[in-house]
Amino acid sequence: MNIPTREKNDWKKYLIVFLITLFLFATAFYLSNNLNNKKLEEIRKIEDTISIDILSLETQFDLFEQLSCENVTDSILSKELGELASRIEYGEKNFDTLSKELIGLKKYYSLLQIKDFLLMQKARERCDLNIESIIYFYGREDCEDCRKQGYVLTDVRKDYLELRVYSFDYFLDVSAIDALKSIYKIDEKNLPALIINGKTYDGFKNREDIETIMPELVKIREEREAREKALLEAEVEAKNDTSNAKEIKDENTENAPKQ
Amino acid sequence: MYVQIFFLITFFEKRKTIQYRKEKIKLERYPTITVAVPCWNEQNTVEKTLNSLLELDYPKDKITIIAVDDGSTDGTFEVLKKFEKYPNIKILKKENGGKHTAVNYAIENSDSEFISCLDADSFVEPETLKRMMTYFLKDENTMAVAPSILIHNPKTMTQTLQQVEYNWAVFMKKVLGMLGGIYVTPGPFSIFRRKVFKDLGLFRKAHNTEDMEIAFRMQKHHYKIDQCNDAYVYTTGPKNIVALYKQRLRWIYGFAMNTFDYRKILFKKEYGFFSLVSVPAGFVSMVAVPYILGLLMFQIVKGIFKLIEKYQTVGFDFGFNFTLPNFDTFFLNTNAYVFTGILLYILVMSTIIIGKRMITGKYGFDLRIIYFMVIFSFIAPFWVIRAIYNAVFAKKTAWR
Repeated sequence: MNIPTREKNDWKKYLIVFLITLFLFATAFYLSNNLNNKKLEEIRKIEDTISIDILSLETQFDLFEQLSCENVTDSILSKELGELASRIEYGEKNFDTLSKELIGLKKYYSLLQIKDFLLMQKARERCDLNIESIIYFYGREDCEDCRKQGYVLTDVRKDYLELRVYSFDYFLDVSAIDALKSIYKIDEKNLPALIINGKTYDGFKNREDIETIMPELVKIREEREAREKALLEAEVEAKNDTSNAKEIKDENTENAPKQ
Repeated sequence: MYVQIFFLITFFEKRKTIQYRKEKIKLERYPTITVAVPCWNEQNTVEKTLNSLLELDYPKDKITIIAVDDGSTDGTFEVLKKFEKYPNIKILKKENGGKHTAVNYAIENSDSEFISCLDADSFVEPETLKRMMTYFLKDENTMAVAPSILIHNPKTMTQTLQQVEYNWAVFMKKVLGMLGGIYVTPGPFSIFRRKVFKDLGLFRKAHNTEDMEIAFRMQKHHYKIDQCNDAYVYTTGPKNIVALYKQRLRWIYGFAMNTFDYRKILFKKEYGFFSLVSVPAGFVSMVAVPYILGLLMFQIVKGIFKLIEKYQTVGFDFGFNFTLPNFDTFFLNTNAYVFTGILLYILVMSTIIIGKRMITGKYGFDLRIIYFMVIFSFIAPFWVIRAIYNAVFAKKTAWR
């Protein structure tokens, strides 16, 4: 019995398998690239929308003096733009390849926020709107207090529908943000920073702190709740009245002489 | 991925040579064989093991069973003594020295043409031996044949998952056999020509994985190892995760240490697929697995910390907010590694299905494959990391 040497290596097969593997990897990269491009397109579309929104805000601003207060109850910072904020946040964390586009988007978004803030300030003064606002500056991801401040603001906003929070990345390179920073003397070392009623508050502020700083917010909320309650009671009453009236009517019909 | 594709291509290339025998077969010649049964505290299972060997469809004068009590402290020897009445069963007793010493003791006390070993927690089917023997009769260069190992009567969740894994292993081993890349001749019923031990020496302790070391040694000397997919041996899989963890720790530690011991034959074309792909790929997966798990764990821990941080800051939100978030394709991860990951899962899944076909003769998909892939990809890294730690810091693993 002989001990043979092994079968010869089938180099052709090694190569074919290598090529197939390469092809599969290439397909995966192609697919990924393709889908990322689609996302990019989506982002560009949003950018276009924002440009229009900014323009429209500017126009609203110009027309403001001539507008009646009824028409300025809400600005254009719609729910859709709230979704946009979550896209930016998610994208920043997950897509390295899209980061450039996302920064552009974030700049647009920040500008829009500033415009909205200014318009709301003006509207509040002139039309006595029940709207309060907080400007919030946050730092990099390693800023633990900034993360916490984010949680608090989201939480507070859930309860106070009249509150608008405009959040800005301190390190975003936009001259309008730089202007805000210098007006309100925001320093990198004191992040997170809140601007409430024109005053700067450095460092983390919890829910109670915010409620103390903004007593009017609590008042507005209480008023709204009272209004809502009254409305609800009125509705219930109206409903009861209708059903009573119906019962009386039914009774009358039953008692009516049949022809 | 490269390895999985290599395996699939080899399978499709040679699938017609794969046999699925259901009927009884007759051999042209019945060579003599000795089956060593090393026992150490196996009083509960050894009786069934020996009975299954007695029921093998093979001439009784050609098969000798040597049960070696390796210094058991329970009633194993008493159970073994009941089998003394059979003329082809020999019962030996020695001081405890480890499994390899018990098998070597049996080899030294035998003179048959072939040697096999059956762990005392494993059982064979009557046709198993004949089917495996055909490989030796067909090719005189075949020096060892490994069977398909299945989990005996899986009861627990852990055992059921192992059953799926063993189906996968059947496919892998078969293809590895075709490519000359087998790196383990498992304890349950691998058969060797006596020449292997005469030329290369007996089993060694080899980090408690003597069945792996002998395969490495055979590969070093270009001794052919094949796999018989339709010869079934049933083994009792670890019942719970802790026992499974210990078993795998021993296997992977053994693999790492044996690879280190035989590092000189790696990446040399004269040692073929074994040296170029089979062992290096095993090693690469050993490194890749902890890396991937590390990333995953990091993400999970980070997420938990953020949740705790959020809870500490604003408390839990018990609002009745049951609306599901809108499905938005924007938030789907479209990185290339996600697609390659999915592709890899599909490849593994197809090999498991083919493995099942090699055993049952039928293609079929069942949900257990998914459970297996999800659960094992999560728990396997733990024993891999521990095994690497042990190997690096020279900590030895225990048998049980």
